[in-house]
Amino acid sequence: MSVDKSTVARIAQLARIKVPEEDLDALADELSKIVGWVEQLDEVDTEGVAPMASTAEGTVLRQRDDVVTDGDCRDDVLSNAPESEKGYFVVPKVIE
Amino acid sequence: MASLTDLTLTEAQTGLASGDFSSKELTEAHITAIEGARDLNAFVIETPERAIEDAERSDKRRASGEVGGIEGLPIAIKDLFCTKGVQSTAASKMLEGFVPPYESTVTAQMVEAGMVMLGKTNLDEFAMGSSNETSYFGPVVNPWKRNSDDQPLVPGGSSGGSAAAVAARLCLAATGTDTGGSIRQPASFCGIVGMKPTYGRCSRWGIVAFASSLDQAGPMTRTVRDSALLLQSMVGFDPKDTTSADVPVPDFQAALGQDIKGLKIGIPSEYRLDGTDPEILGLWDQGIKWLEEAGAETVEVSLPRTKYALPVYYIIAPAEASSNLARYDGMRYGLRVEGDTLTDVYENTRGEGFGAEVRRRILMGTYVLSAGYYDAYYIKAQKVRKLIADEFSVAFEQVDAILTPTVPSAAFAHGEKSDDLLAMYLNDVLTVPASLAGLPGISVPAGLSSDGLPLGLQLITKAFDEETLFRVADVIEQSAKFTGRPDMKA
Amino acid sequence: MSEKNLIKGQTGDWEVVIGLEVHAQVIAEAKLFSGADTSFGAEPNEQVSLVDAAMPGMLPVINKKALEQAVRTGLGIKAQINRFSVFDRKNYFYPDLPQGYQISQFSDPIVGKGEIVIDMEDGESRTVGITRIHLEQDAGKSVHDMDPISTYVDLNRSGVPLMEIVSEPDLRSADEAAAYLTKLRAILRYLGTCDGNMEQGSMRCDANVSVRKPGDDLGTRCEIKNVNSIRFAAQAIEYEARRQIEVIEGGGTIDQETRLFDANKGVTRSMRSKEEAHDYRYFPDPDLLPVNLSEEFVEEIRASLPELPDEKKDRFVSEFGLSAYDADVLVAEKAIAEYFEEAAKGQDAKTVANWVTSDLFGYLNKEGLEISESPVSAKQLGALVGLISDSTISGRIARDVFAEMCASGKDPGDIVEEKGLKQVSDSGELEGIVDEVIAKGTAQVEQYKSGNEKIIGWFVGQVMQATKGQANPQMVNEILRKKLTD
Repeated sequence: MSVDKSTVARIAQLARIKVPEEDLDALADELSKIVGWVEQLDEVDTEGVAPMASTAEGTVLRQRDDVVTDGDCRDDVLSNAPESEKGYFVVPKVIE
Repeated sequence: MASLTDLTLTEAQTGLASGDFSSKELTEAHITAIEGARDLNAFVIETPERAIEDAERSDKRRASGEVGGIEGLPIAIKDLFCTKGVQSTAASKMLEGFVPPYESTVTAQMVEAGMVMLGKTNLDEFAMGSSNETSYFGPVVNPWKRNSDDQPLVPGGSSGGSAAAVAARLCLAATGTDTGGSIRQPASFCGIVGMKPTYGRCSRWGIVAFASSLDQAGPMTRTVRDSALLLQSMVGFDPKDTTSADVPVPDFQAALGQDIKGLKIGIPSEYRLDGTDPEILGLWDQGIKWLEEAGAETVEVSLPRTKYALPVYYIIAPAEASSNLARYDGMRYGLRVEGDTLTDVYENTRGEGFGAEVRRRILMGTYVLSAGYYDAYYIKAQKVRKLIADEFSVAFEQVDAILTPTVPSAAFAHGEKSDDLLAMYLNDVLTVPASLAGLPGISVPAGLSSDGLPLGLQLITKAFDEETLFRVADVIEQSAKFTGRPDMKA
Repeated sequence: MSEKNLIKGQTGDWEVVIGLEVHAQVIAEAKLFSGADTSFGAEPNEQVSLVDAAMPGMLPVINKKALEQAVRTGLGIKAQINRFSVFDRKNYFYPDLPQGYQISQFSDPIVGKGEIVIDMEDGESRTVGITRIHLEQDAGKSVHDMDPISTYVDLNRSGVPLMEIVSEPDLRSADEAAAYLTKLRAILRYLGTCDGNMEQGSMRCDANVSVRKPGDDLGTRCEIKNVNSIRFAAQAIEYEARRQIEVIEGGGTIDQETRLFDANKGVTRSMRSKEEAHDYRYFPDPDLLPVNLSEEFVEEIRASLPELPDEKKDRFVSEFGLSAYDADVLVAEKAIAEYFEEAAKGQDAKTVANWVTSDLFGYLNKEGLEISESPVSAKQLGALVGLISDSTISGRIARDVFAEMCASGKDPGDIVEEKGLKQVSDSGELEGIVDEVIAKGTAQVEQYKSGNEKIIGWFVGQVMQATKGQANPQMVNEILRKKLTD
């Protein structure tokens, strides 16, 4: 299955990565190559096989007790913010 | 003193204990070495002041009788680990200048154990790569050179900086992370020991996530004993990491020096790939002989779906990465590139912040998870992954360890494989299967190619059996008597 | 299908089909995957851990309480509890979604099919199906009006545990939707799994509305988002149904879209943002493992369930002989039901019920108080009813006593003593007074004798005046009739 230019553009949009127009063809080629290559998995019979959810499979999901142990570290949380004010993160306005 | 940087981690530990030298002296020697080898570009950031502080504190502690597991030993940290107060970049423009207000669990344990931090080593951007050519801070140069020419070679990746630094004697040891081979493969290219523990042995908390179900921290050292020594301070159950294994931690060093009489070593025929350098195949045969001479029995095992491991990896890892890297959006930390609308800011920031390989993998990951493709690619890959893991389980009912080459070739020149994506990905073909199954693996330098480059042999054992891994690796190391050193003239 | 729910359009009758998605904030101290506080009203970003801020290398660890609360809720709506469930990542970009994905449950939710019985005003009951309940992280808050060109983001709410409760499209009118929300809210409050405070946002509702001619296939639906009161939900649904009917009858078609309810104008509006096809790329979160609940876990919760509204209502009817209507009112809030039961101990339940629903509620509503803030305790109210039952005071006097109880918080017995309000039930004394009144009212006696029964009231009034209202009314009536008939 080949990945065409418009698909690359759509995927880039989903992934919020700006891809310059001039890069689209090359990327489409590369992705087509990779996708074509991974398609060899179709050769493998996986009838009745359960997908592997985790390498830590068989382990019980560990649960935390319902106690407040964290937070109250606003300075740390904001310490690398490109922009912050009055305790908030400041981001470009969302147009709705 | 040049000789201080020639010590193994273990020898340095002994030397400090005997009072032959102080941590400060040891550290200063390494700082000097680092200064003299900047052309390797092994470090993203050097932290000499911090290192001296660590060393002085350590010498004081030692004087009062407090000695941690890696007390006073100068070590380098792959710049994928978040280190409190010290820039942590993942070798990306996206995190240039990011200073975490927290310490990763693994490095926190190492600090607790007395380590001296020399700096943060270079890597492929966001750990995505096999040659350390994708770093925003420039490629790393392998301290080894071919006999036949002067071309700068890649150290392997993604932990290329750590591997080069250890090989070039710029640090006594370094940490790396391994997702598909990112410790083992550069270790092989640089003639050092690189070990990936069982998935869940080391906490992932505070390590910049690439592929959550595959990432594991591990030691990169010059000897197997050093590897066991360093690993001891890195492992441990962490309640902050749900995938962290709550299992007892054995004394890894105790496994060394034990004979391997009667152990069964599996030799998987499927790892004999077309296109593998015949010298490497020859070294593999040599490895088999060494183990047999030491009393082990070698057995042919079959891992029929080995060749599918790489495509499985290149579906699952990018898929997980595409989601793990969504947080790099210019809103709360890291790079922000302005734009007219919110969407523009997202797209500009991520377009500029991520390099080409990272972008490629995010797009690949987004694609395989997207509507209509999820079952065909992601689910299919997870099913094949299950089969691959099961194959190992079956093999380990028969054998105690599996011996394979680490990489199908020796280190190659910069730019040699950059244009051929699949050729680049093939670097990991022998390391990826163990990653998919979450099994521990180690690469031990076993010989030199005819062109003078190091070649490694890989051992794999079943989950949580690092003891057998070290035990057999020790035998390989003792048998190989690898004494090669890179000529570090750039 | 109930005929009465049909809406009359130009071209005939229309049926409205409604499905509701409720997001209920789980009552828990800490967040779903981090240890930060979930309390309402903190300063911005004070209740945010590094995990909530999605810093590099951060990882989720699940809060046991959230799993318990989801199971508790599932059991409360008689739903199937899925022992195995999975947390998936729902991937999309938004500033109040720090990870760039929400940890939710897609294909394997923790709770499966259940049901809620709703009670309509006409006394009818209907069973509404629930499709599923799953756990998910809440997002942070984006404040758009603090700055002209920027949005301010507060992540306090980011990571708070939510239960998404999805109903089957079984509802057929705005009233049914309101009844469903009311009942669901009551159940959640009874269980202690969500406080149902829609104004504060701890319970939010999205309504999926479509219309069709009876018997036709389902029409295209529109989703009305984030309605923050039951009243608004009903209004929005009502408006939307009529809007859709108008569009279709006018020859148009309904676009499947998301709409917002404008409470001020009472209309729904299309969300202006371009609705790109959302491809959330759900996949199991590789930082977590699947959930596998043990039988023990589920049974322990089952054993700890409180009596729920429906069961309590049935018991009030059978045990206390209350009317279904009264029982309904009393079980609407667990606190009220508990107050009633306490007050009714050893007293006449029907009388207690009346006092609670009319006098007590009347006072509380006037003063804007919750039952927990009532100046009159359940025991005190019960005692008051007791004083009526044993004829210590009359019902009329009791009202005065009650008012005094509300004002002073004193026990009814004390008030009656202090104010000397005991009913006069001494027949001798009463007979004497009645004789006096009869002697005085010869004209009225004439009227009575000539057939005007109602004039008894005048005599009673006179006796009451003479006794400052404390004469036992039944006795007075008896004595009067006896004497007047002679």
